[in-house]
Amino acid sequence: MSQTPPKIRIRDLHKAFGPKVVLDGLDLDVGVAESVVVIGGSGTGKSVLIKSILGLLKPDRGSIQVDGEEVTGMKPGDREAVNRKVGMLFQGAALFDSLPAWENVTFGLLAQKRVTRAQARDIAVAKLAQVGLEAEVADLYPAELSGGMQKRVALARAIAADPEIIFFDEPTTGLDPIMADVINDLIVKITREVGATALSITHDMASARKIANRIAMLYDGKIIWAGPTAGIDASGNPFVDQFIHGRAEGPIKMAVRK
Amino acid sequence: MRLLQLIGRVVLTFLGTTGRLALFAGAGFSHCVRPPFYPRIIVRQMVDIGYYSLPVVGLTAIFAGMVMALQTYTGTSRFSAESAVANIVVLALTRELGPVLAGLMVAGRIGASLAAEIGTMRVTEQIDALTTLSTNPMKYLVAPRLIAGVVMFPVLVLIADIIGVFGGYVVAVYKLGFNASIYIQNTYNFVQAEDVISGLVKAAVFGVIVTLMGCYHGYHSKGGAQGVGTATTNAVVSACILILAFDYILTEMFFGT
Ligand SMILES: Nc1ncnc2c1ncn2[C@@H]1O[C@H](COP(=O)(O)OP(=O)(O)O)[C@@H](O)[C@H]1O
Ligand SMILES: [Mg+2]
Repeated sequence: MSQTPPKIRIRDLHKAFGPKVVLDGLDLDVGVAESVVVIGGSGTGKSVLIKSILGLLKPDRGSIQVDGEEVTGMKPGDREAVNRKVGMLFQGAALFDSLPAWENVTFGLLAQKRVTRAQARDIAVAKLAQVGLEAEVADLYPAELSGGMQKRVALARAIAADPEIIFFDEPTTGLDPIMADVINDLIVKITREVGATALSITHDMASARKIANRIAMLYDGKIIWAGPTAGIDASGNPFVDQFIHGRAEGPIKMAVRK
Repeated sequence: MRLLQLIGRVVLTFLGTTGRLALFAGAGFSHCVRPPFYPRIIVRQMVDIGYYSLPVVGLTAIFAGMVMALQTYTGTSRFSAESAVANIVVLALTRELGPVLAGLMVAGRIGASLAAEIGTMRVTEQIDALTTLSTNPMKYLVAPRLIAGVVMFPVLVLIADIIGVFGGYVVAVYKLGFNASIYIQNTYNFVQAEDVISGLVKAAVFGVIVTLMGCYHGYHSKGGAQGVGTATTNAVVSACILILAFDYILTEMFFGT
């Protein structure tokens, strides 16, 4: 493997909500400029994993390092410095309803005082163009945008501060297959353009195959398989096979309670 | 045994909630005095809480003043002390009815809308998004609303006092046949700064209560649309109860012997 230390290094991560164990000793490495996609069923803790890395949730136990720096239990000030390196595309876009698209896109830049309000609008228009949106969109409010456009504005917001690491939480969920592919292409293009490290989570295999260099499968709170994207069809792992072929029968038992 | 368990659980829940609320309030207030500040948001909240509450507060106050005049007249006329109507109306309004009625009405309006807005931001991950965009949600969402509440409630109550006294005047003069200038004279001579100021202090406290309850319940809502609905209800109910409780406590502090 590569000589440089991984961008993100997770060891033995545990997180439970009350009696419900979600992450149970998870290990994962994401190399510099690599695009790793974590796949797994709904409710397996994919979002919890990303939120733990971002410090939005506090893991019970385990280690998370970003650029070799331990981020669990960090003080808020240091945490913010780490988060400045990070962009995040939320599952439901999570645009701010009260602000027009351009202010959404440049929110982080304005908060860090890296640009003035006067400059921000032009920057926003440029970022929107990067995700294939016209300048007119800049003045629209999130409620006036379609789902696909909201995702794209959110994508523009995630990359606006030129992050070193970008997280994508189910980037294609809730989109039609064509729009999903547009978003996939954008993610590939943009992460390459900014040279960012990407960690995505999805249960959409088409999306995973497209954006990943490496795929890791989350099941039962652990990464049970990880390997290059090309190798996923020959993983020899019955859990992975069941998931990528979407079979109801197999070793993965859906928790359907009576 | 069951009963003890139940009592224990209720007490623990109560203590837990009080503790969390105190921490939340402490964090909110500490962000009110530490930069960066968000003047744009503070102004918008002030307009929302102050200006747009004027109709509801004004209507409440005018009817409260009118009914006070009518009721005190029926009361005082029984022992021919009608001249006290002006005094009682202004005292009741400035000390009690102004702050409490305005507080309760604005609790319904603002407490609900704050809880719904912030609750929606919570369940749609907008609050998480703030954190990832170098912005502290307590500072960005909660502090400006607390400031706007503390500042605007006294303003609203002062306006309510004036409109309420005017309502009483209208009923007294045009319905009960009081002499207009004597009524005004009576009002003016009787009311003391202490009455008005105690009412305004109450208003400031109620402003904190309403905005704090709205923010707290919204901030901690979970579980989608239903969770936001619950947060909204809880915000309004808890704000109203706390307003009435603190009204008593503050009255005791001001005028208790
Ligand atoms: N804040 C929370 N409080 C309680 N339970 C949570 C919380 N966040 C997530 N969970 C639970 O953790 C599990 C994994 O959630 P999540 O990571 O969102 O799944 P997904 O893999 O679909 O993204 C779910 O069962 C969910 O109910
Ligand atoms: Mg998820």
